Amino acid sequence: MSTNKLDQLYRSVIMEHYKHPKNKGVLENGNVTIDMNNPTCGDVIRLTMNVEDDIVKDVKFEGEGCSISMASASMMTQMIKGKTTEEAVKLAHTFSDMMLGKELDESIDLDDLEALSGVAQFPARIKCATLSWKAMEKGVSGESQ
Amino acid sequence: MLSKDIRNHFPILDQEVNGHPLVYLDSAATSQKPVQVIEALDRYYRFDNSNVHRGVHTLGNRATDGYEGAREKVRKFINAKSTQEVIFMRGTTTAINTVAQSYGRANVSEGDEIVITHMEHHSNIIPWQQLAKETGAVLKYIDLEEDGTLSLDKVRETITDKTKIVSIMYVSNVLGTMNPIEEITKIAHQHGAVMCVDAAQAAPHLKIDVQNLDCDFLAFSGHKMCGPTGIGVLYGKKDLLNNMEPIEFGGEMIDFVGLYESTWKELPWKFEGGTPIIAGAIGLGAAIDFLEEIGLDAIEQHEHELAGYAMDKMSEIDGLTIYGPRDPDQRAGLVTFNLNDVHPHDVATVLDMNGIAVRAGHHCAQPLMKWLEVSSTARASFYLYNTTDDVDRLVEGLRTTKEYFNDVY
Repeated sequence: MSTNKLDQLYRSVIMEHYKHPKNKGVLENGNVTIDMNNPTCGDVIRLTMNVEDDIVKDVKFEGEGCSISMASASMMTQMIKGKTTEEAVKLAHTFSDMMLGKELDESIDLDDLEALSGVAQFPARIKCATLSWKAMEKGVSGESQ
Repeated sequence: MLSKDIRNHFPILDQEVNGHPLVYLDSAATSQKPVQVIEALDRYYRFDNSNVHRGVHTLGNRATDGYEGAREKVRKFINAKSTQEVIFMRGTTTAINTVAQSYGRANVSEGDEIVITHMEHHSNIIPWQQLAKETGAVLKYIDLEEDGTLSLDKVRETITDKTKIVSIMYVSNVLGTMNPIEEITKIAHQHGAVMCVDAAQAAPHLKIDVQNLDCDFLAFSGHKMCGPTGIGVLYGKKDLLNNMEPIEFGGEMIDFVGLYESTWKELPWKFEGGTPIIAGAIGLGAAIDFLEEIGLDAIEQHEHELAGYAMDKMSEIDGLTIYGPRDPDQRAGLVTFNLNDVHPHDVATVLDMNGIAVRAGHHCAQPLMKWLEVSSTARASFYLYNTTDDVDRLVEGLRTTKEYFNDVY
């Protein structure tokens, strides 16, 4: 089996986030709720955030999906908590660039997110990885429900 | 079982994917094409390409003969009474939409009922949802038995004198269930309703006889039965089609055009507006020749045996759930499953790394996923070119998947 390529995709940090997701659940006092799905595969996510003064004070997610989509959501919530909405969107764009295999701005600390860089080699899985990020971008841009 | 030599007709199968010989188990999504079909398309574009029903030159005649010849092949393939009952369309979706928009709008009113089932795929749900919204009709679902089959008692309970249209899939693309279409049609007719059959997953795999079924409409796609994409068929009983209005207007479907009024061609052309899918129809004709040479009964038997073999082998894997009827006599050649704790996308990715192509997702049947209480599933679907070796590779791949995720979890 081509385990080398698979190992690039399923890095242990991803599986750790999948098995023990961070910020899982619904934020009771959230002022932003976004539901998003990937119509091609059925993955769903509900993101609840508390955004005040353009700062993501708190965020939680729940959903159903593959290891990549759920691990990405877990990492995303960890990364954006406490950031300004502008910083969160910038991070989303950097993440998107990483998925497309583009050269990245080295000044941005990707932390655990770097583990998802292998997804770029699996084009069919990019939408899995970006689902939660798209939900977050929609949420911070004021398109909440 | 069919001879393994059949694989030699499919050049695409002779390749490595991710360093492994390809095992293609996604034929319910689309089938592979034999060299006979590829050559028919090549021959048409290389030597005969021309528009149909208009040129008086030689190429125009050849193209028309090829196109109308394919219609006759389809007529025989489904045992329709006349080629006037065979309309070429883009695929199953377009065909069902045509029934809903043409027959449905004219014959369904507020308070009438349209009956479908919980196992339908989106192409046989949404056109009826739309029709119900437009007309004020009630869309009713026949509930499924626990094993994913339909009981005729529930069919009888659901269809009433208010029912105007019953539309049901012949074979489920997820559960593999083969539905008792002939019996359901009788019940629909007893109540004065018309019966529309979604045969997308049936036409490639078993002999269809529209006269025996006595259905009023039947739809299928070419690409799932060794033909090209973009071509499909709507069968309809002549009397019904004659009384229906086209839903596409323009070139090719007209007879006389005045400034303010026009008249339509006779069947089947009044439903084939614009330049038709000429190469697609010719390719579909070649696919029918190919399938008939092997024999639909032999193909059905082959897939039946293969699915039985697969279910036996897959059942030995701990934590693997198979959906749909367990009785092999009640199901067609596909196995939909989930592997505990491993999401179907992850299963499909690991299998892909082993050169094995399966489908993962909701299979365009979201209401059925809800009924199964899962968000998605994986599916291995077989066709005439698959062998027990393919099944063995799948089973080995699934064991590898399990081990891989056990290790990394």
